Amino acid sequence: MNTAIRAPALADRVKDAALAAFVAFALLAPILGMETVVGPDGRLTLAFHFDLVALGVAIVFIGRLLFGGLVAGRLAVRREGGPISRFLSRYSTVLGAAGLAFAVALPFLPFSSRYVIDVATTVVIYVMLGWGLNIVVGLAGLLDLGYVAFYAVGAYSYALFAQWFGLGFWTCLPIAGLLAAIAGILLGFPVLRLRGDYLAIVTLGFGEIIRLVLINWHEVTGGPNGIADIPRPSFFGFPFTRNPGEGEIAFHQLFGLEFSTMHRVIFLYYLALGLALITNLFVLRIRKLPIGRAWEALREDEIACKALGINPTNTKLTAFALGAMFGGFAGSFFATRQGFISPESFTFIESAIILAIVVLGGMGSQIGVVLAAAVIVLLPEIARELETYRMLFFGAAMVLIMIWRPRGLLAHREPTIRLARRGGAA
Amino acid sequence: MKTPILEVEHLSMRFGGLIAVDDLSFTAFKEDITAIIGPNGAGKTTVFNCLTGFYRPTTGQLTFYGHFGPVLLERLDGFRVPRHGLARTFQNIRLFGGMSVLENLIVAQHNALMRASGYTLLGLVGARGYRQAEAEAVERARFWLERMGLLERADWPAASLPYGEQRKLEIARALCTGPKLLCLDEPAAGLNPRETLELGELLVELRDRHGIAVLLIEHDMSLVMRIADHIVVLDYGRKIADGPRERVKRDPLVIKAYLGETEEEELPPEVAADLAAAGRGA
Amino acid sequence: MAYFLQQLINGIALGMVYGLIAIGYSMVYGIIGMINFAHGEIYMIGAFVSIIFFTLLGMLGISWAPLALVLVLLAAIVITSLYGWTVERIAYRPLRGSFRLAPLISAIGMSIFLQTYVQVTQGAKIKPLQPVITGGITFTDASGFTVTISWIQVLIVVLTVALMAGFTWIIAKTPLGRAQRACAQDLKMAALCGVDVDRTISLTFVIGAALAAVAGLMATLYYGVIDFFIGFLAGVKAFTAAVLGGIGSIPGAMLGGLVLGLVEAFWSGYFSIEYKDVAAFTILVIVLIFLPTGILGQPEVEKV
Repeated sequence: MNTAIRAPALADRVKDAALAAFVAFALLAPILGMETVVGPDGRLTLAFHFDLVALGVAIVFIGRLLFGGLVAGRLAVRREGGPISRFLSRYSTVLGAAGLAFAVALPFLPFSSRYVIDVATTVVIYVMLGWGLNIVVGLAGLLDLGYVAFYAVGAYSYALFAQWFGLGFWTCLPIAGLLAAIAGILLGFPVLRLRGDYLAIVTLGFGEIIRLVLINWHEVTGGPNGIADIPRPSFFGFPFTRNPGEGEIAFHQLFGLEFSTMHRVIFLYYLALGLALITNLFVLRIRKLPIGRAWEALREDEIACKALGINPTNTKLTAFALGAMFGGFAGSFFATRQGFISPESFTFIESAIILAIVVLGGMGSQIGVVLAAAVIVLLPEIARELETYRMLFFGAAMVLIMIWRPRGLLAHREPTIRLARRGGAA
Repeated sequence: MKTPILEVEHLSMRFGGLIAVDDLSFTAFKEDITAIIGPNGAGKTTVFNCLTGFYRPTTGQLTFYGHFGPVLLERLDGFRVPRHGLARTFQNIRLFGGMSVLENLIVAQHNALMRASGYTLLGLVGARGYRQAEAEAVERARFWLERMGLLERADWPAASLPYGEQRKLEIARALCTGPKLLCLDEPAAGLNPRETLELGELLVELRDRHGIAVLLIEHDMSLVMRIADHIVVLDYGRKIADGPRERVKRDPLVIKAYLGETEEEELPPEVAADLAAAGRGA
Repeated sequence: MAYFLQQLINGIALGMVYGLIAIGYSMVYGIIGMINFAHGEIYMIGAFVSIIFFTLLGMLGISWAPLALVLVLLAAIVITSLYGWTVERIAYRPLRGSFRLAPLISAIGMSIFLQTYVQVTQGAKIKPLQPVITGGITFTDASGFTVTISWIQVLIVVLTVALMAGFTWIIAKTPLGRAQRACAQDLKMAALCGVDVDRTISLTFVIGAALAAVAGLMATLYYGVIDFFIGFLAGVKAFTAAVLGGIGSIPGAMLGGLVLGLVEAFWSGYFSIEYKDVAAFTILVIVLIFLPTGILGQPEVEKV
């Protein structure tokens, strides 16, 4: 990186760019340039894509020539949030209110359709998962790579309790949250004493264990086939059916409406929105309580926390359990929305997506999570072919953001309490 | 008669083959500023880490006369030590850099606030008792901020303070835990002479006005010799001197081990004479 | 008894593959104290480069197994090492001294990126390789059970032992090894003493990737099929092996790999094959809780 000290001569830059291009060629030629294809006789053959390799090498060469030395050198300096980040945090209340108003009005806006509401519901679930995981990663600074396990615990708890005991959604919701929290505590208790990076890999392992158990424990979980016919939610006891059972009143009858399948879709959307809002309020509130401050303090310096009498294990455990609880809530919502769940929905990549939402949004930032979730869900919706490239983009984005703005794109942090306006912040 | 606040008896700490602290015994008194001095690597910080529960001593008994009566420190987990009234700072300052100055001081009062918030439940519903407790916590923080001259900085991120103020903040944060004994690990390191002078005044004030005993590790001899009532000298993990400042100052072993021969010309004449006498005797 | 022996042999071969990957984790951890989450993907890339070059050589008509093997080995080592080097250069070097979670998150991002990159460029289907090496040594015991040591297993053991020997020599005797040990002790001090820290770290990644490439080649030969997802499980298992042996310790990584390979072989041989991956994770959790320094690791004293 000593090229940054003086402007290097053009010849040097060309040489440097040529070197980078050569490296790019060596990297791309085998993997990108030669695609292994299973031929008709079952043997592998190669399909060559050297046009793509040439394109990649050209991009690297030109990019390196123009911006060489800049990437690692200059970008890394900008650690604090930029003007956009400051703008967003200054007007966070206004933006939040506007966003909320939009979210509430969405089903009744002119462009709204079943498809739009469905996608919006997915966005809202991811927002909720992001906010839940943000407690663990953003506030407490614990890297949880198996968050989807708690999502799965919530989903399967709801499905199984509904199937076996005939319990309704509203009874199962708290049970699912509780079970997920217990799962969080059971996992967290032994491992939270470990160093941060060990914790990450243990949670990753735990996520896989849960998934493997779901696949292999046929008697209970239905194995890879999953559980079907999960009861759909009712409007507080009034089902969304055209012909309600005996002694039941359907939702449309209750309000004297024409039956429409849209009712349930809209209801599910509001349900998700409600759950997400509860999560948000909870997080905003708890940040200003001693436990929330202790989480942030732990993230900053665990040893100093110990010296102030904070029990690190218990404090982390609470973060873990509460994060898991919201994962569980989201999971049981997921189950009732889909009506069908299988282990396939709970792979590592799902954990990675949720983590990407938290990281890209700015750890600890509420609005950032909303924006990141919207981008992550909408991107493949806008162009289906982007679906596979989505994770490529997120992987790269996670690396770049860590280099460029390690605290996330929106990382301006407001203190939880201010001396200037005494008690006003509480 | 002075009241003991901390009794260290036969403390030893071994890391593998290395003996960092070897059979150390001393008593710190409630009315004193006690200083532990010694060359680099003498085991001073290790003593602190044993006292504050970060290390489990190999042998020894550490009796602390805390808020709830005498307690054996070596049996406590690190995070349980502060609630008995023993607070510490670190050689390399450990602040919660991303949090504001005020938040640092509020976090220091975590345990009391946790109780007041009904372990979060009452706090979530915004109970009055908790809001009151928080206001009191802010008041306590304000008091120490004012004393340290950091009031203006209350809402700044702690990491943005200049070095000297970070040192002050760390001490303020330790004080917010409501200690009976404050343990400072090289508090004057990196301070300019004026700041060191202020630090000395603060420590004396803590002792005289607030009844807080002070135990400090320090390399700045001018500070130690000015304010310490009682000095313990370590060398290679062993205690080589222990007593009131005036006596330790003159102890030939201390001068030899700690100050080293090279500084002989700077020694007061009577000390140099003592040293010469000791050298002849040996 | 024969069945036991067979599982033992399978376990050793498997364990050596894990051990080779585990060394990469252990070395990087030893030197910069981070878990290189992308290391499993490096192994996967090694496997893909191997299969691509086998196919390429097949198309070019080079079918004499020893020659093909040597050429593929070289190609896999060179290209995979370059991947290892690039990953360090892009994703980790700019983050040295950044906040605690940054390198971890960057590593996870890198891992996701590499996995998707191979998925996109090579397709998501599994890739079968025509057997390159077939046959083995077969013993039959009195009761009629047979024990087979395949030539691939022999190759795995021989190559791993040779690599370990060479590698131990590098660490113990060469200036690079000395620089590496110095960096593992104290990066800053090593730099002050004139060790080129950047270069040493780069070389550590390169060596780790080279060993992972060998492991990838072996796994391709051994199993005969690969896909873009193999790096995930192999990565977690090799990490388990590294922790089990004592992270930071290189003989430990090999030992941990062997233990894990044996446990897995016997678990699938005697209990249930479905839960063999659960076994690995369970070992990881148990080791971390009860023996966090591993079998050969140094106890870590918290620096206050």
